[in-house]
Amino acid sequence: MSASVSGEPDTVRRCNYVLRLADTSLVLAQRLGEWVGHAPALEEELGLANVALDLLGQARLLFAYAGELEARGRSEDDLAFSRDQGDFLNLALAEQPNGDFGATIVRQVLLDGFQLVLYESLEHSRDARLAAIAAKSLKETRYHFRYSGGWLIRLGDGTPESHRRVQAALDDLWRFTGELFAADEIDAAMAAARIAPVLGDLHPGWVARIDEVLSEATLTRPADVAYRWHGKRGEHSEHLGYLLAEMQFLYRAYPGARW
Amino acid sequence: MRSASAEGESEIWRVLARVSDPELPILSIVELGIVRYVHWRDTEPPHVGITPTYSGCPATDVIRAAVRASLACAGYGDAIIEEVLAPPWTSDWLTAEGRRKLADSGIAPPVRSAQAHGGVACPRCASRATQLVSEFGSTPCKAHYRCTACLEPFEHFKCL
Repeated sequence: MSASVSGEPDTVRRCNYVLRLADTSLVLAQRLGEWVGHAPALEEELGLANVALDLLGQARLLFAYAGELEARGRSEDDLAFSRDQGDFLNLALAEQPNGDFGATIVRQVLLDGFQLVLYESLEHSRDARLAAIAAKSLKETRYHFRYSGGWLIRLGDGTPESHRRVQAALDDLWRFTGELFAADEIDAAMAAARIAPVLGDLHPGWVARIDEVLSEATLTRPADVAYRWHGKRGEHSEHLGYLLAEMQFLYRAYPGARW
Repeated sequence: MRSASAEGESEIWRVLARVSDPELPILSIVELGIVRYVHWRDTEPPHVGITPTYSGCPATDVIRAAVRASLACAGYGDAIIEEVLAPPWTSDWLTAEGRRKLADSGIAPPVRSAQAHGGVACPRCASRATQLVSEFGSTPCKAHYRCTACLEPFEHFKCL
């Protein structure tokens, strides 16, 4: 298969691009949902669950669109619950385990910031459906980032213990951020068709927003490291399979189950 | 005998005005501002456009089912319900009557986006000496506040 760089990207590429966005939101929503019943305070449990619910809603809109593009009759549920690990195209950062509350917040700041710059741009996509989903999601992402950023500032600029923990989480998770801006042939084809932004162009805006939060949080941005994860090509860390096993159990045990 | 007309559209609007929001039953879906249009022309079946508030709001599916049932009861079982994504819903679309009902039931209505920095007034004592406790409340559309004048906690329908 060769990309026709100037023309319309083929439907398979467009479908995979949409699935990457959908899978990232779904997997992150599932991770945040794991906090229900375990969060440090009731307000934060509600906060994390509400963010998860928004992400799940955004994923549903994207899955519905991907299903139409794919044109194989697969529903939102089929796409979410019947694909295996290798078929998931989410960013590897989204599947990383929750760790402590601070680590969850660090992961959230990095991904909220990414979705913020991405949706700000996708809102102007030539693909009207994606533009509409991005415009809707953007309004929600703005307060997600306000929430996660606010917490990172409190924890980073909090006690020596909270500072130490979130700095350690940042140092640990930073290696997954390279994938956020590493474009492959699908990203290139989508950018050439002006359906999606050039990923690299989003990087400075993301760094600026992250740096603003880190500086107020008195945290140090780690050095960039070589990019070694390929979640959006279906090559995942060891954590995704366990997440899917729990998330997909009911649907697989009782195919066609409905509320 | 029903017929497509401006009057028929008004009748459908009246039916929709009796469908309440499942999470805020004091509000109708028309007052919530999520019915975007009712089109009924010529020989076509009526078309009703509904926009979701928050993308993950679990009430969306319930609302759709309630709209379908109410229209069927009123003789519009063939109505086509369309999901409208653009432009995205904004709390500015809540009607004046909807805002009044929220305030009457102890939920601070959204402040218009344009003047969002004026502060949220306590629905109990009207003081503006209020504090945000959490941006997230019992439903996606509400935030949790407290009033430092009368010391009561209250919910605020967020601006989006």
